[in-house]
Amino acid sequence: MATVTNTPADTHTADHGHDDHHHGAPKGILRWVLTTNHKDIGTLYLWFAFIMFLVGGAMAMVIRAELFQPGLQIVDPNFFNQMTTVHGLIMVFGAVMPAFTGLANWLVPMMIGAPDMALPRMNNWSFWILPFAFLILLSSLFLEGGGPNFGWTFYAPLSTTYSGDSTALFVFSVHIMGISSIMGAINVIVTILNMRAPGMTLMKMPMFVWTWLITAFLLIAVMPVLAAAVTMVLTDKFFGTSFFDAAGGGDPVMFQHIFWFFGHPEVYIMILPAFGIISQIVPTFSRKKLFGYASMVYATASIALLSFIVWAHHMFTTGMPVGAEMFFMFATMLISVPTGVKVFNWVATMWRGSLTFEIPMMFAIAFIVLFTIGGLSGLMLAITPVDFQYHDTYFVVAHFHYVLVTGAVFSIMAAVYYWLPKWTGKMFDVTLAKWHFWCSLISVNVLFFPMHFVGLAGMPRRIPDYALQFADFNKWISIGGFAFGLSQLIFLVLIVKACRKQGEPVTDQVWEGAEGLEWEIPSPAPYHTFDTPPVVK
Amino acid sequence: MAVEETNSDNQKDAGDMPTNTQRPNHAKTVGKLVFVVVAMFGFGFALVPLYEVFCELTGINGKTSDTAAVYEPIEIDKTRTITVDFITRTNTGMPWEFKAVTKRVEINPGELSEVAFYVRNPASRDIIAQAIPSVSPGQAALYVNKTECFCFRHQPLKSGEEAVMPMVFYIDPQLPEDINYFTLQYTLYDITERVDEPVDVAMNSIQGR
Repeated sequence: MATVTNTPADTHTADHGHDDHHHGAPKGILRWVLTTNHKDIGTLYLWFAFIMFLVGGAMAMVIRAELFQPGLQIVDPNFFNQMTTVHGLIMVFGAVMPAFTGLANWLVPMMIGAPDMALPRMNNWSFWILPFAFLILLSSLFLEGGGPNFGWTFYAPLSTTYSGDSTALFVFSVHIMGISSIMGAINVIVTILNMRAPGMTLMKMPMFVWTWLITAFLLIAVMPVLAAAVTMVLTDKFFGTSFFDAAGGGDPVMFQHIFWFFGHPEVYIMILPAFGIISQIVPTFSRKKLFGYASMVYATASIALLSFIVWAHHMFTTGMPVGAEMFFMFATMLISVPTGVKVFNWVATMWRGSLTFEIPMMFAIAFIVLFTIGGLSGLMLAITPVDFQYHDTYFVVAHFHYVLVTGAVFSIMAAVYYWLPKWTGKMFDVTLAKWHFWCSLISVNVLFFPMHFVGLAGMPRRIPDYALQFADFNKWISIGGFAFGLSQLIFLVLIVKACRKQGEPVTDQVWEGAEGLEWEIPSPAPYHTFDTPPVVK
Repeated sequence: MAVEETNSDNQKDAGDMPTNTQRPNHAKTVGKLVFVVVAMFGFGFALVPLYEVFCELTGINGKTSDTAAVYEPIEIDKTRTITVDFITRTNTGMPWEFKAVTKRVEINPGELSEVAFYVRNPASRDIIAQAIPSVSPGQAALYVNKTECFCFRHQPLKSGEEAVMPMVFYIDPQLPEDINYFTLQYTLYDITERVDEPVDVAMNSIQGR
């Protein structure tokens, strides 16, 4: 695709004359606090996301320990509710979204031949307010009355009439997370639109850049709506307004409309960059160009546009006219068309390719298969009459964990394995990586697949107890959960080893079939790259 | 659209941008994006009146009109009989006793009908209540015209008081063919702390028992 003819400033030492403000990475803790370097900020985001992934995972372990056996075993129901709520909030806003932002920080400038992000100081801010948001959220768990316990969707009146005083902290932390995401998204858009290397037209951009551009537009469109929703919850709870209170003329169902107007585009915010990652990895290890590049771009844009007109499929059981239910059902099913185009293109890229199965490719293939399973259960949920049966059961839990864990999270792991050698200059420990892959793959299916069955049989979600007939399945689900949690510690060891620069040195291209600007610069990637833009032909 | 526009700008910029010392105009792009963010935050709040207007026009959230309709003698559709059930409930923490005196009516569209609801305040404090109507299926709400209803204003009751509250309504003959049966539910909310008016204001529409 893109070929570089001229990269004179790849090694910044080569021409130190005109940019003497450039130097290597400063030392000490202040390097990380004051940094405006896109690579440093990318690293910070990725480490933060990983720590949050482990914290949110620990909460999932509490949930699975409680559900290991029927009956109330370990924690009281109110704490259980806090665990399900904060687990969801942390995984969505603390793990998956910052991980994608971290990848964007590291990769977008290198992929489009830009020296850094467009707004480096804002970049520093958008990362450094994030730890405070989660500190506030997590600290609420230790207050009298406990943290938020109304589910990550904070439906009114659970979050208004029936919530504790810590709701104010929850609202404040969501505001900060939203501001962080919006600033990150603005940065990505400005970088991509204004800082591409000469010759890098929009339709020559790598798919990861395309998907992130579209994701960033989704972010600036819907994160403000989330901010509006939490603000209304705040004023309803503490300042006597009645947005969602029927007694004062409001409507609690309206909360769900506003929330899901944000919430549905949000789920695509968490999967479109994953599509981009897979579209980078599959061609490399198939040694072919991506099949149907243009159709990939249009499919991504269609998914993003359609995501604005399907929100009410989360609300079929609230009571809607049949016409509206039909509209939202068919609009939702329509999304499977561009998604199907993507899956088809990935498979077509592999077709008659010269395939090898390095670790990133194994995660990518696992993604394609398991994400498709999650997509199919999503199609089942889209069918209105069927949804009345599935609504609020473990079937829904199985569905969104297949698309978010074996979808988004697996794609992030694939991305880390794919680009880690470029970042550190050393090949990661392949043996550990294989252990991590196979343990994760097996345990994640033991964890989430039986949830389909208990869900179809009627086990409700977000309840700390269940009927006796679900006991065997839940035992296996919990065992799968503990195994999946422990498997991630292998990943932690691997990453720590990689950060200590252990392992075999790699070439600039790292992977035999890899193409793109980021593979033309040295490994490890120098602190400053593309001070002079490359010319892309 | 914005993408294409900025792209053409960018290609122009990129042409005469040999080094990164000449930076393209980020401020312009950022300005546009910040405008989108502010507009979408406003849109989040604009959804509230939009939702209300939408529901008022379509009646899909089951709310009936909160102002009195004027009954002009219209032709009564004797060919259809509509069954209307009346259900009452009180919100959590609302101590009143609240019952429908008339549990069910069977009326023709266009025919005026009067029903009554009984309330008693058994609590030791004076309470102001607000009744919120809800029609199920929601589409029928548009065709319920109330000429008189206790729900149009607050309902104050002193400690120990009781009252019978009337509601007069008729069904618009335009009611869709497939609806022959609907439920009208009232929920009573305790709004004493929300309103400033003293409890001893007489309840206009109440006839003592």
